[in-house]
Amino acid sequence: MPEPILLVENLEKRYADVHAVRGVSFSVNEGEVFGLLGPNGAGKTSTIEVLEGLRVPDGGRVSVCGLDPQKKPNELKAVIGATLQATSLPDKMRVAEAIRLFAGFYKKTRNPDELLRRFGLEEKRGSFYNQLSGGQKQRLALSMALVNDPRVLFLDEPTAGLDPQVRREIYTIIEELKAEKKTIVLTTHYIEEAEKLCDRVAIIDHGKVIAAGTPRELKRRSANTTRIEVRLSKPASNGTLKNLDGVEDARELDGAYVLHCQRTAPAIVALVKHLEAENNELVSLEIATPSLEDVFIELTGRRLRD
Amino acid sequence: MKTILTLAAMRIRITLRNKAFLFFSLIMPMVFFFLYGSVFAKGNVQAVTFLMGPVLSLTVMGTFWGLSMQLVTWREQGILRRFRLAPLSPATMIASSVIANYALILPTVFLQLFLARYIYHVTAFGNWITLFVFVILGITSFGALGLIVASVTNTMQETQIINQLLWFSFLFLSGATVPLSVLPVVVQRIGLFLPATYLVSGIQRGMVYNQGVWSLTVEIISLLAWGALAFFISSMLFRWEPEAKLPRNAKLWAVATILPFILLGIWENHNGKVLATAASMLADKPTENAPPPDRTK
Repeated sequence: MPEPILLVENLEKRYADVHAVRGVSFSVNEGEVFGLLGPNGAGKTSTIEVLEGLRVPDGGRVSVCGLDPQKKPNELKAVIGATLQATSLPDKMRVAEAIRLFAGFYKKTRNPDELLRRFGLEEKRGSFYNQLSGGQKQRLALSMALVNDPRVLFLDEPTAGLDPQVRREIYTIIEELKAEKKTIVLTTHYIEEAEKLCDRVAIIDHGKVIAAGTPRELKRRSANTTRIEVRLSKPASNGTLKNLDGVEDARELDGAYVLHCQRTAPAIVALVKHLEAENNELVSLEIATPSLEDVFIELTGRRLRD
Repeated sequence: MKTILTLAAMRIRITLRNKAFLFFSLIMPMVFFFLYGSVFAKGNVQAVTFLMGPVLSLTVMGTFWGLSMQLVTWREQGILRRFRLAPLSPATMIASSVIANYALILPTVFLQLFLARYIYHVTAFGNWITLFVFVILGITSFGALGLIVASVTNTMQETQIINQLLWFSFLFLSGATVPLSVLPVVVQRIGLFLPATYLVSGIQRGMVYNQGVWSLTVEIISLLAWGALAFFISSMLFRWEPEAKLPRNAKLWAVATILPFILLGIWENHNGKVLATAASMLADKPTENAPPPDRTK
């Protein structure tokens, strides 16, 4: 195993009335895309901002490229790049000015014009920041994060609030960076983002890592069971659904019933019979192969969404 | 140093694109200039020379306004956070804004001097060195005041309120609008605790009485000490994050920056040179041109 480029041990972060991060530990290897997956308020941003040196931890140990962010802030900042959840620039700053300005802050830099071209901002180079769309702002943020050719790239919710098409654009960019073997730590509350982009994922909830591994490993936890999600015209009791033939577990979630089944076909037959007998009707039925979402539901009993 | 200059150049560009800035740092000072020159001084050369002190002081003092607003806006909008990701120190951010300020204010100062020469035919500018020492010191120290304001306020609204309070006390208690000597004695004595008073009187004494910097060392040292203290304390109190809380003793620190002027105020209240000069300057001039006319009756 190579020495991890990033190490977090028992990280603690408290704010006035919130214990945001409660003993988070993980490590990231060079060239890896690592995802922190969890709902809003889980402690992802606090964790990542401690790693960037923007927040002071209340306990534990972190090391990025062998540096302690609190002790060597400027050395650290020279080797990392980051996009923040709410990055902003002065309204009247032009795109090319912004990237040139930030390039001027580092000893080692990439060619700003090349970055603009690569991120499709060539035509926008003369535009003011406040004239850019959400997707363009995010692409500018990404190109600015890369301007010092960082060893580790932190992306905090890189696609939050963007429409699906723009989100796919950002995915393509991150996949390209992944192909270049950039080390990336990203936070997200989108399951598909974590599944699609990350080599490894840590699922965070209430300030704790509740599961970690490759998306495949995590999914394997629920691999033997298929998830059937049904909506019924009348409420049914969990107990009765759980006892149906072929159903392992059943729980109610946001007005739907989620059944975990080992054998799908008999379970559906049993369900339909049961509903007929109960004079209940099936409003919708969905069969899903396991995803990280199931892992999250299994672990927390809640859905992961914003 | 290169970083400071790059940042300063960027700030100058951004600020020049801001219409509100152009109003406060170009149009308003020019309005003051013509108001004082044509209405109060009625174009009288001697009176205009006398009033260039207040006019230039107002131009210079205005710097604290724009600087504090910019810094607070940037912090509120999360712009400073983005800068924080780069290897930059608070001192770099602060120094760049002070440098940008020279470039933004000096052209207006030159324009006013130029127009005084060619519109109002002022030929005797007194002691140029004194004039420029005070202009430069004024931009630096009042810029630093803006930084202090930004470091102890949390929102734009708070900043606006504090700025208004400061601005009006500078306007009316320092001799910048109403000559010190026509104010009630109590107010005059309070004015002696304000940096603005020394800026106005320093420029006037340089221009009207041709006094050199050596006869104004106390004023210069006080302005210098005030600027340096404010610069130092604002870099200590600098906050990048919009939600960063103010340290409990921050306001005390901010108040500590006025120490040089408390000392100077006490000293001046005993020696009374500024007030005496202000009175004699007004007495020297033709009274019908005393600004503003209605207040001298």
